[in-house]
Amino acid sequence: MLGESRGGRIVVVGASLAGLRAAETLRAEGFAGSLTLIGDEEHPPYDRPPLSKQVLLGKVPADRTGLPQRRRLDAHWKLGVRAAGLDPVGKRVLLADGADVPFDRLLIATGTRARPWPNLDEAAMDGVFTLRTREDAVGLAKCLDARPRRVLVVGAGFTGSEIASACRERGLDVTVAERGPAPLVGALGGTLGELAAKLQRAHGVDLRCGVTVTALEGDDRLTGAQFSDGTRIDADIAVIALGAVRNTEWLAESGLAAGPRGVTCDAGCRAFDMYGIVTDDIFAAGDVARFPHPLFEYQLLSLEHWGNAVAQAEVAAHNMVNPGPRRRPHLTVPAFWSSQFGLNIKSVGVPTFSDQVVIAQGSLKDARLVAVYGYRGRVTAAVSVNQARSLEYYERLIETAAPFPPPPGAADQRESPVPMPSDVPDPKVLSHGPTVALTGHLPDRRLTVLRPAR
Amino acid sequence: MAADTLFQRITDYTHRADPYPLYAELRENGVARQDDGSYLVGTYHEIAALLHDPRISSDRRHRTAPDETAGAAEALPPSFIGLDDPEHHRLRGLAMRSFGPPHTPDRIDGMHEEITRIVRDLIAGFQGRERIDVVDDFAYPLPVTVICRLLGVPTEDEPRFRLWSDAIVAGFDPTPGEDPVERQRAGTEARKAMGLYLGELAERRRGHPSDDMLSAFVNDAGPGGQLTPLETMTTAVLLLIAGHETTVNLITNGMLTLLRHPEALERLRGEPALMPRAVEELLRFEPPVHMLPQRTPLADVEVAGITVPRGSPLILMLASGNRDPRRFSDPDRFDPAREDNQHLGFGSGVHSCFGAPLARLETQIALHELLQHLDTPRLVEDPPEYRRSPVLRGPRHLFIERGGV
Repeated sequence: MLGESRGGRIVVVGASLAGLRAAETLRAEGFAGSLTLIGDEEHPPYDRPPLSKQVLLGKVPADRTGLPQRRRLDAHWKLGVRAAGLDPVGKRVLLADGADVPFDRLLIATGTRARPWPNLDEAAMDGVFTLRTREDAVGLAKCLDARPRRVLVVGAGFTGSEIASACRERGLDVTVAERGPAPLVGALGGTLGELAAKLQRAHGVDLRCGVTVTALEGDDRLTGAQFSDGTRIDADIAVIALGAVRNTEWLAESGLAAGPRGVTCDAGCRAFDMYGIVTDDIFAAGDVARFPHPLFEYQLLSLEHWGNAVAQAEVAAHNMVNPGPRRRPHLTVPAFWSSQFGLNIKSVGVPTFSDQVVIAQGSLKDARLVAVYGYRGRVTAAVSVNQARSLEYYERLIETAAPFPPPPGAADQRESPVPMPSDVPDPKVLSHGPTVALTGHLPDRRLTVLRPAR
Repeated sequence: MAADTLFQRITDYTHRADPYPLYAELRENGVARQDDGSYLVGTYHEIAALLHDPRISSDRRHRTAPDETAGAAEALPPSFIGLDDPEHHRLRGLAMRSFGPPHTPDRIDGMHEEITRIVRDLIAGFQGRERIDVVDDFAYPLPVTVICRLLGVPTEDEPRFRLWSDAIVAGFDPTPGEDPVERQRAGTEARKAMGLYLGELAERRRGHPSDDMLSAFVNDAGPGGQLTPLETMTTAVLLLIAGHETTVNLITNGMLTLLRHPEALERLRGEPALMPRAVEELLRFEPPVHMLPQRTPLADVEVAGITVPRGSPLILMLASGNRDPRRFSDPDRFDPAREDNQHLGFGSGVHSCFGAPLARLETQIALHELLQHLDTPRLVEDPPEYRRSPVLRGPRHLFIERGGV
């Protein structure tokens, strides 16, 4: 049994962070069989977080964010070719170029792509960008070098806010349009959303909340945009930051529980089929995976977090080469970070899984604080602003379902320890998808009713 | 609850060469109140949790029974190592401006060549001598020279501040059972004298900037403002002492450990790329700082089932946590290639070691060069004679015979 799981053919679809880390772990755990990585981009795996930060600032060229490969993989790389389908009975991945790749075990790590601007003609104009890939970043950075008169950022989630921050740091005029009441509100709730709004404005952003962009203007080139409140602006560049779309279309006929919310898998990263039966040879990890988490009532979580991609890929890889009793669950507490407008924001837990929030350390006034989130009297998340070193303490409170609010006595507790409503909006009122989403309990995609966002 | 005397035994000089069996006893017994009223914590996960717990103060003035000398009118106020946020954060940030990222990202990396040169000069001084004291001939002068260059302190003044430094270190030695008042008074005096000395050096640079940290303290103002003259004194004293008294132990403990593990020594000679990991393992296996003696809970805090009352002295035994079998597999084995080695050698949390990047670089270069230049080094006595302090633990001398050449 042991020998069998260390041999055979493993195919990893998706050659970004999760795919690479899984491949490394497979080899580190003694997998000696044939290993194939399939990726639709031309490049070997590269890091995406810098694309909206250092790359836009011109501090790091976009082609210098390659991920380090920490060991010899001895793998077949099929780069620049998209997976187009999966035959789970014949155990083959079908490629867009007509070839197919047989496997004994498969890891799905196809991640997400940027949600495009819905009007295709407008999206095709010069000056209209999304930001997800290296090419996106090269193109956008080049346009920013040409000093556009104004940049419009559509959507004030993390990516949109980071882009706006980079533009301001380069001295460019920026308008940010957000359908919700404040930037970051979909991930962090009202209190920190308000702080983010204040900071954006203090940094000179023309921030417009509660509005949508009704039209991008121009012929071949973008010249401006119209808003739902009847106003308009001139702009040379528009960056569409409306969140991400999960790359699951290629699995539509596979019979797996795969859909717009991701590929549903169990705590051991094994994919479910559409009837809720767990497979034993198909695994999922990273942004594309949707998995149950005991800290959040076993609801299925979809995360777009760097750290989750790494941790989940390692668990998936371990479980691909270890028999049942040796398998491990993926239980890490979700965590992510962002840097924008001089702030270092870090989060542990799921802030949107909350009804109350309290500023446990520091103060909003100084923009240095820890906000702790609670749900029905237990701690479920904490977000630090310029104070990341305290987060481990709160992570432990989350893991142990400690009572909310957390005990008083922090040396730098400044504000009233009285909890406030966490004021987490319904994702439907946001213009961008949340980077953390609880997506209910059911693995069966047929039972998921989806309404397109209006 | 019966009071324990374990802390007395740990600090007793007779156990300095090998405190590890006592640490094992501490982990076994769990958190216990000592007969001097303090609480010792020796298990990794509990220490790590307390290092991140915002209710644990580093400011001794929060103790229910304050020490007599620290609050004396003529004493310098605490430096940032003895303060809590937000004050700690402000002062540490101002000091970091001229030491590391984001404002001065290249300072330490830029010292690589200079440190290598200092190391090679010291090794050249071994010429013609069969017996070397690794401490006095190498591991002490190296970090002193480096911290002096970095701060902008004349190396010739070393004999003066060595005396002050000795008195300051003795002043915070928490060894119970001896009358500490005289030691603490002497420590307070020495700290003040060193502060005045460094403050004067800094003031002379005001308006005459040079490329060192004292100059930056008085000449560079950032968005967070600038250190006051008094804060310049307390910060400079802290950095000089820390740069002076800790890395010496790391290098010496490192050489001692390698000489006790010849197979590791040989491996590192042939595989220099392994040195950064070996230094991390040294920080776990024989850390230069064995305990953090000055923490105090601001509320009653439960640690491993024991309530530590607000205001009690709380002592975190980092070196014991580093040997906790619940965190590290085979913890008493020195493994220069150890993986998953998140040791407590530099502490953790908001007070995590300010100078860690410098200490790492100095030790990596120092040990590498020693291994390349000593043919068949041999320990003259094992265990060597140790320094008195149970906090900053390391040999007072480490005599080796060079062999070969």
